[in-house]
Amino acid sequence: MSKMAPPEELMNVNYATPAEAWMDVKPEFKLGNYSYPGKPDVLKYLGLPNPRDWSPTDEDWKLPPDWRDIIRDGFRELLGKYRSLKVFMDVCVRCGACADKCHFYIGSGDPKNMPVLRAELLRSIYRGEFTVAAKILGKLSGSRKLEEDVVKEWFMYFYQCTQCRRCSLYCPYGIDTAEITFLARDLMNRIGVNINWILEPAANCNRTGNHLGIQPHAFKDMMEFLVDDIETITGRRVEPSFQRKGAEILFITPSGDIFAEPGIYTFMGYLLLFDYLDLDVTWSTYASEGGNFGSFMNDKWMKKLNAKMYHEAKRLGVKYIIGGECGHMWRVLNQYMDTMNGPADFLEVPKSPITGTVFDNAKSTKMIHLVEFTADLIKNGKLNLDKSRNAGITATWHDSCNTSRGMGFFEEPRYVLENVVEKFVDMPAQTIREQTYCCGGGAGLNNGEFTEMRLRGGLPRGNALRYVQEKFDVNTMSCICAIDRATLPGLADYWAPGVKVTGLHELVGNALVFEGEEPRTMNLRQEDLPGIEGSEEEE
Amino acid sequence: MAGLMTALLAVVALAAVAALGAGAGMSGVFGIAVPYVAVAIFVAGFIKKVVGWASTPQPFSIATTGGQQYSLPWVKQAKFDNPSTPGQTFVRMALEVLCFRSLFRNTKLDNRVAEGRVAYGSDKSLWLFALMFHYCFLIVFIRHFRFFLEPVPFVITGVEFVDSILQIGVPTLYLTDVFLVVGVTFLLARRLWDPKLSYISLANDYFPLFLILAIALSGIYMRYVAKVDVIAIKQLAIGLVSFKPYIPPNIDWSFYMHFFLVCVLWAYFPFSKLMHLGGVFLSPTRNLPNNTRMERYINPWNDPSIKPHTYEEYEDDFREKMIEAGLPVDKEA
Ligand code: SF4
Ligand code: SF4
Repeated sequence: MSKMAPPEELMNVNYATPAEAWMDVKPEFKLGNYSYPGKPDVLKYLGLPNPRDWSPTDEDWKLPPDWRDIIRDGFRELLGKYRSLKVFMDVCVRCGACADKCHFYIGSGDPKNMPVLRAELLRSIYRGEFTVAAKILGKLSGSRKLEEDVVKEWFMYFYQCTQCRRCSLYCPYGIDTAEITFLARDLMNRIGVNINWILEPAANCNRTGNHLGIQPHAFKDMMEFLVDDIETITGRRVEPSFQRKGAEILFITPSGDIFAEPGIYTFMGYLLLFDYLDLDVTWSTYASEGGNFGSFMNDKWMKKLNAKMYHEAKRLGVKYIIGGECGHMWRVLNQYMDTMNGPADFLEVPKSPITGTVFDNAKSTKMIHLVEFTADLIKNGKLNLDKSRNAGITATWHDSCNTSRGMGFFEEPRYVLENVVEKFVDMPAQTIREQTYCCGGGAGLNNGEFTEMRLRGGLPRGNALRYVQEKFDVNTMSCICAIDRATLPGLADYWAPGVKVTGLHELVGNALVFEGEEPRTMNLRQEDLPGIEGSEEEE
Repeated sequence: MAGLMTALLAVVALAAVAALGAGAGMSGVFGIAVPYVAVAIFVAGFIKKVVGWASTPQPFSIATTGGQQYSLPWVKQAKFDNPSTPGQTFVRMALEVLCFRSLFRNTKLDNRVAEGRVAYGSDKSLWLFALMFHYCFLIVFIRHFRFFLEPVPFVITGVEFVDSILQIGVPTLYLTDVFLVVGVTFLLARRLWDPKLSYISLANDYFPLFLILAIALSGIYMRYVAKVDVIAIKQLAIGLVSFKPYIPPNIDWSFYMHFFLVCVLWAYFPFSKLMHLGGVFLSPTRNLPNNTRMERYINPWNDPSIKPHTYEEYEDDFREKMIEAGLPVDKEA
């Protein structure tokens, strides 16, 4: 981080195209533009091939001797399994509508980060290996042979895509580069080319239930820590339960919420809300990860990790599941879960015990998002909210890519936000809602070594944020994604210093007024509430 | 640039082949054999491609959502950008196919370093010219049916009438001829001028543009300059469609050139990106409703043997620690 150029410099992106044709440009690995490869023992645990020590900067990547055949066969297999891939390989007209839509292109100027070219990295091999026309015309038709440099290039650029799908929105044929990235990563996994920050969390999620590998007792300790903090702040002792059989609701949130700031404040918000409602809800240390690291790897692991949710819901005999503030969890949940691990016929269609609202939009998956649940509570007047507890906050809303282009949550979170803060402004129209810009850390790229590239990718979001900061004094950006909560603070510090990042239920937790409560002097971050003389000394 | 030159030379060569060939008495080849072969390739190739796509499973329902989902009753759904029913999805597709809705959204990056900000201006030029190009092409295509049909259906005469409404020159100028050329020229020009685009453009991006431009220009030449014998051409066309091929004498070479280039387009079509014509209907991000939480979507190859690391395995791994921490366990140690 210390070596990072200042924002003014990073913004000065060179968009000129290189003199050489793209096929002749080799990838250049520099610290900051790639993620570290998967560690051998993690690969072994996951049963992935070719565990070995290697680095992308090495000349020799120690690929298995028959790697070409593996890729070819794998490609053929995926073409037979995914219509999306087949169609996307064939119909791109290279109109370029997607070209300047990717945050990594905007922030790096590297033409191979244009979604169209990113996909061409795969398409050129598809044409070279699987089409007749290209075999006759060769390189002219944009086809090429499978060489080691191609794999290196794949590694570089398919791990410089956060699968945010912004490109897909603008493409006249809906070509989804996120899907192409997903499948390209699947192919690379088959020859042992992958990144550790996906594999290790996936392995941890599998074994311990959360991405950091925290064991159950420690998980409980951390929760108790937060429970103590809640008591300090509100004087209330909330009593969350774990793995409680027969509870009505199983609650699952990304484990990032329990481990690190600012996620923990959102976590405290959840606990307060459940206590306020006296909701019959239980947590599980076993299924304690909402985020699906498998979805950054291949369909098998996506399915395997996701399956824990239903497995645990069934074992505990709950009626339905509520999910917390998470992006990838919702993408997976919305588009994959029921298909892979349904039917959830052992659960009931979610019905809010407080308002009686039946969530028929989740009548098959039997899982709803907390933001829907809370929006419904507010609409029905079931929450006593005091916005002045969040006074001093001028909030803006970050639409997370996955809850936006993977599902379509726009109004519910804004509705909740507007009910808990006094001042709310949106960022410019072309950077929010379905056109929202990625935090730069999705799909496994939220690791330390990738910081420079992530901040580059964060340019569009950061810039939009600074715009509302300067114009409307926005000082808080709220979001419903754990990766955002992990990534956006760094992004804000860099591009729009002074803006804080919060989850939505942190603000709900602050605003929630309990009957007969002790007056609060602090918010969930244990900062003095504005206008209230706290017990701490004033600055 | 290699791609550009190759494509241009290829089209010039093809045009020359036809012009010279027809002039050298090979009108039978260009007027009968080539069109039959080309159409056969087109039909077979098109069907093969579409069947190939359609018979590949779409394992997951992955609609790209462009607006508010179907949610609580008081939340307004963006029905056509985030459809939840087949009907809404149909409208979404229709808007996409007929109005190029996704392109309508297009923006242009504008990184103003001096001002320290990145802006995104609306950019509808591609949408406008692409729409112009495609619709003109369609109308020109429809107009050509008057050569193949006798009597000429009323619809086609109607289209022609509207198309030539300005009554400029003799023969009357078709507006679509002009706009088709304008459209193609724009599409070509942006490939050359926009460095991003020229960087990604391949020979097979330039080739169809040059080909279509050559077809349009040769057609215009035939009609307005050479003033070819339309009756004779119609005889040839009707001969072809009625499978009684006949080559009338005295058809200008420019017709054979035009016709040959069209045949090349037919034959080239199924093997190229032009298949976006068929592909647009099969794109899973657009043609599926976003109702995956409401209705179970079936993946035919979903593998039932993939199971989670079970709770039992988990408990076996951590039982002692769980008990010590007061967490409930299924089996006591
Ligand atoms: S917008 Fe779609 S068709 Fe156009 S270049 Fe991008 S992926 Fe290809
Ligand atoms: S999915 Fe997102 S990160 Fe990937 S190419 Fe598209 S816009 Fe870029």
